[in-house]
Amino acid sequence: MSSSSYGLVAEFSSTEALLAAVRAARASGYRHLEAYTPFSVPGLPEALALPRDRVALITLLGGLFGGAGAFFMQWYAAVINYPINSGGRPLDSWPAFIPPTFELAVLGAALAGFGGMLALNGLPRLRHPVFDTPDFHLASRNRFFLCVRAEDPLFDIERTRAWLATLSPVNIAQAPGSDTERVP
Amino acid sequence: MSDASQAIAAGSPLVRGAYTYASITDKIADLVLARRSGRAFWAALLIAGAFTLLFMVAVVYLFATGVGIWGVNEPVAWAFAITNFVWWVGIGHAGTFISAVLLLLRQQWRTSINRFAEAMTIFAVAMAGLMPILHLGRPWFFYWLIPYPNVMHLWPQWRSPLVWDIFAIATYIIVSILFWYAGLLPDLATLRDRARRRWQQVGYGLLALGWRGDARHWQRYDTAYLLLAGLATPLVISVHSVVSLDFSIANLPGWHSTIFPPYFVAGALFSGFAMSLTLAIPLRAIFGLEDFITQRHLANMAKLLLACGLVVSYSYAVEIFTAFYSADRFESATVIDRMRGEFAWVYWLVISCNVLVPQLVWLRAIRSSPLALFVIAGLVNVGMWSERFMIIVTSLHRDFLPSSWGHYTPTFWDWATLAGSLGTFALLFLLFVRFLPVISMSEMRRLNEESRGIDR
Repeated sequence: MSSSSYGLVAEFSSTEALLAAVRAARASGYRHLEAYTPFSVPGLPEALALPRDRVALITLLGGLFGGAGAFFMQWYAAVINYPINSGGRPLDSWPAFIPPTFELAVLGAALAGFGGMLALNGLPRLRHPVFDTPDFHLASRNRFFLCVRAEDPLFDIERTRAWLATLSPVNIAQAPGSDTERVP
Repeated sequence: MSDASQAIAAGSPLVRGAYTYASITDKIADLVLARRSGRAFWAALLIAGAFTLLFMVAVVYLFATGVGIWGVNEPVAWAFAITNFVWWVGIGHAGTFISAVLLLLRQQWRTSINRFAEAMTIFAVAMAGLMPILHLGRPWFFYWLIPYPNVMHLWPQWRSPLVWDIFAIATYIIVSILFWYAGLLPDLATLRDRARRRWQQVGYGLLALGWRGDARHWQRYDTAYLLLAGLATPLVISVHSVVSLDFSIANLPGWHSTIFPPYFVAGALFSGFAMSLTLAIPLRAIFGLEDFITQRHLANMAKLLLACGLVVSYSYAVEIFTAFYSADRFESATVIDRMRGEFAWVYWLVISCNVLVPQLVWLRAIRSSPLALFVIAGLVNVGMWSERFMIIVTSLHRDFLPSSWGHYTPTFWDWATLAGSLGTFALLFLLFVRFLPVISMSEMRRLNEESRGIDR
């Protein structure tokens, strides 16, 4: 196991080849796998056995916080902090508070959903070892990449390379560098 | 069937010709990265820039002098600025409908038109958001509408639809920008990876936030994108409903009606689809995108235009019926004044543009002619602006008491603000097509994968 390497990256030219490679790698016991694709490939999360993402939960919490916060703010302002008797109407005129409550619930949910997606993805992160792989600029165009991480217990630079070659990829390359920032 | 009618039939392909992941990506990305701006682009930019300058002059003069430079006065205190506001917000709604509602309904044909429709939404809502601020007598106090801890110990009036408005519009523009930017992230990464010039690599690289297409990231991204679509969908209905409450909560004849929220939402979508066609037709011709924005896309948008037009026509009919059925003499007087009074020509212009002209879309020959659709869409744009003007001004100039009746005549600065906002919108849109991909590349690659051809 080499500490200076991020992993071995195999390049494929179709979704079928990538999905087959991912399934084969899982079947061979590799667990630290990453796939890089130019669009969201249907079936890939299942092939990689990814856990359910938590974006929906975060979005729900954001929406509840936004809505409850908006209603509380209006109630507090109208009933506690600045009560005005306007023609004998009730201070807690809750139906009038619904439009801002709804809007801020949507706003809270949207901000939490987008922000949560970025945070869970660890973005923004402009520098990443996998970017140093040859041809990786095609990951946003027409190529599909499977990366076997160096930290995988089964990883061995020679044996894993030979095993990847049996999947007949377009190319196999080593992602240099380690996951952590390099100290100059 | 002729070629033209075949091209718009429901089963016709959404991408014309044989494309691979690579060629789709290159074609769209090169519009931004490699294509030189032609003479037509510079001419359009020059004209839009000139009107943007006119807008700036109109705004500076307004801020220096006050709303007296416009034709507004009692009793017609709302006119062009509020008309522009309602019209611009409405235009945004079609963009959200295309990008969010059609995504949830799995309408694949939305894929090549959603990006520019979302851009249209953002720029239209930006124009709309400026209008009420310009219309404030003291625009530097606009932030008093926003609740914040202040030394005056004052709060906004929560029971006022004008305060609901600021929450609705602010939420709408923030969610629209988030949705647009989320869709752009993978495409910005593509531009970063394909850029050859240093400033492009750095600029798009920063905007792409380091997107690398990790399968884990795509999984969360898909969830977030679907949820944003689900959150934007109720905004299509709620935002213009809140805008309509600005009117219907007032007691004025012609405004005080429960039909207003659905009536305004239908009108919003109607004007928005007209604006989408107005933008899409020249866009596909100038940038050679006929393979992606096909005749079928235009025909589908035209059908949605017609459907919304029918709801709007129904609303006009119900308004007239309700006014007479209510036996309220002020309501019926307003309807008669609209048809026969000082602004009767506006009313009949509205009926011609919004009720009669869209009926042409029933004809297959019209639906398959981009030029005809462009003309119809332009007339609907005019008709919908006039409708907002009619609703606002006719109700104000003849209310209950003849002693408080008045007239309204727009001034040069009213027209300059409207023309200037159109120019600024056009300028923003031109800059968008120059610097960002007008079609979502990652979604087109996926559409290509799902429909057929696989790149070997």
